[in-house]
Amino acid sequence: MTTLEVRDLVKDFTLRSGLRRSRLRAVHRVGFTLVPGRTVALVGASGSGKSTVARMIARLEKPTSGAITAVDSAGRRVEDPRYRDHVQMVFQDPFASLNPFHSVEHHIARPLLLHGRSRGRDETRERVAQLLERVSLPAAAVMDRRPHELSGGQRQRVAIARALAPGAQVVVADEPVSMLDVSSRLGVLNLLARLQREDDLAVLYITHDLATARHFSDDILVMNRGRVVERGPADDVILGPRHPYTQLLAAAAPDPELRGRLGSAEPEPETASDRDHLTYDHFAGRWIDVDAEGTDAAAA
Amino acid sequence: MTSVIPPDRALEESPPGTGDGTAALPPTARRRGGRRALLPTWSPKLGIGLGLVVAIALFGLIGPLFTGDPDTIRNIGLTPPSGEHLLGTTQTGQDVLAQLVHATRGSLQIGLLVGVMATALSALFGIIGGYAGGFADEAFSLFSNVMLVIPGLPLVIVISGFVPADQRGSWTIAVVLAITGWAAAARVLRAQTLSLRGRDYVAAARVAGEKPWRVICVEILPNLLPLLASQFVFSVIAAILNEAGLSFLGLGASNSSTLGTMLYFAQNGFALQREAWWWFAPPGVVIAAFGCGLALINFSLDEIINPRLREAGRRRRAAAKAGRDTERVTRSTAA
Repeated sequence: MTTLEVRDLVKDFTLRSGLRRSRLRAVHRVGFTLVPGRTVALVGASGSGKSTVARMIARLEKPTSGAITAVDSAGRRVEDPRYRDHVQMVFQDPFASLNPFHSVEHHIARPLLLHGRSRGRDETRERVAQLLERVSLPAAAVMDRRPHELSGGQRQRVAIARALAPGAQVVVADEPVSMLDVSSRLGVLNLLARLQREDDLAVLYITHDLATARHFSDDILVMNRGRVVERGPADDVILGPRHPYTQLLAAAAPDPELRGRLGSAEPEPETASDRDHLTYDHFAGRWIDVDAEGTDAAAA
Repeated sequence: MTSVIPPDRALEESPPGTGDGTAALPPTARRRGGRRALLPTWSPKLGIGLGLVVAIALFGLIGPLFTGDPDTIRNIGLTPPSGEHLLGTTQTGQDVLAQLVHATRGSLQIGLLVGVMATALSALFGIIGGYAGGFADEAFSLFSNVMLVIPGLPLVIVISGFVPADQRGSWTIAVVLAITGWAAAARVLRAQTLSLRGRDYVAAARVAGEKPWRVICVEILPNLLPLLASQFVFSVIAAILNEAGLSFLGLGASNSSTLGTMLYFAQNGFALQREAWWWFAPPGVVIAAFGCGLALINFSLDEIINPRLREAGRRRRAAAKAGRDTERVTRSTAA
């Protein structure tokens, strides 16, 4: 079983307009730990840096500073060439994440071959079929089709099968259902939950939907403008939000019990700006200043 | 539904009434996509273009087997077309048809050589630069921009003039034409590669652990194929025309006969002034017809690259078909 530790993650982008250069801090000192069998949800608005965190974990972007370490079941650090055997990603848009030129089989067979999980044509085909059936797709009917012949939900299942193909223990799901039809969302989410139960996966579920985050995750991290502003068990964060931004998010979700009446959430005495750089940690039950204490204190 | 999960879980994962029933694959789905989508749709334009190109290619390939030696000199100068010499003779009594056949072959050879080399160069600089990004991209695109602003034909004239005539074989000319002709295509390829590089499926291939060269060759290149094909066709046209121009100026390959050298000798033999149309018209017609055929093929390839054109074409064809159908119906009812 693999555990993924993220410490003090910082990402700066250099913006160039003409000759002027400026830096944009997309992610500021984010830290968390993904444990087998648990789902951590990363919640935030567009542009809050949550996708950048996902891309750094998938090694598509280099962190400006900080460390991402995968630790295997024996407690050893997973070194670079084997990192991708352990950590895989499911992308947001299943219409863009599958190459229109290649068949479904190619998409799943390539990671199998690359990570030495199968050899030879027949064995590979068999393993592709097994993976497709694990994500509840009819293997025989789907295998030789091209992505554009499948529906959005079916494509996302193919993308999930591809992420599982290298035998990944840590899966980063970057808004896996936000581009899907409402009707197929629950199916894909339940599939992810079932695969997690069966394989004891560590899942980072990135979303902007608080309702699904509460339903499908154990812990929630709320990000705003590159910082984690609140962390804790899912129910605590959603039902008792302490940071003004989280309160805003929670209030933005329609509450079926209120039915149009105004919410009764009482505002915090401090203004938002005072708390902007602080993280409320429900585990510790106090406010934490990551700049002063570091993310180790926050994640402990 | 072939599924390994028990039925109660299957229900849990696809609640009733969802549009994503996993077994609901349309059985009559049209298998058009991937590799098939790379082929242009059939149209009269494509048919005429292919017909012209294939006819001229066969003419150049098989023709030399049936005609005699194009260089045989006879004492019947400038005879008009007749039964014996289908396209008449030149000033020195050479058979124009035999010359035309050999010249067509020579021109096609150079066109093909230049097409392959120029496409390879533009793919190298455009795709690799676009994918690598950073310094390599800056350097490659600076280089192709420099090559782009160098005026092609004058440079070709200078280079061809610089190489001594006896060393100026068809390879020299082909290399010179390829070097001056790849830059514009490289820019287009770079732009398209930049767009493809950012696609999620390329990122997904990287996450899967694919090596960069494999990402380029297997994930990006197939999606550039229509563009490459169209650029290849275009560079063949350009090469044949440029080579004809060079040869006409007397700067062409010294050891081969092409349509351009034919025109050069016709010009030197005062074919126009002596009204020997059978000497200069056939090579001109072959060049024009071949260029026209390739251009028509290129328009059809354009429809793959530019979806708007494809949609327009499909709609037009559908409208035409509907028009025919209604016409047929009215005619049958009238009958």
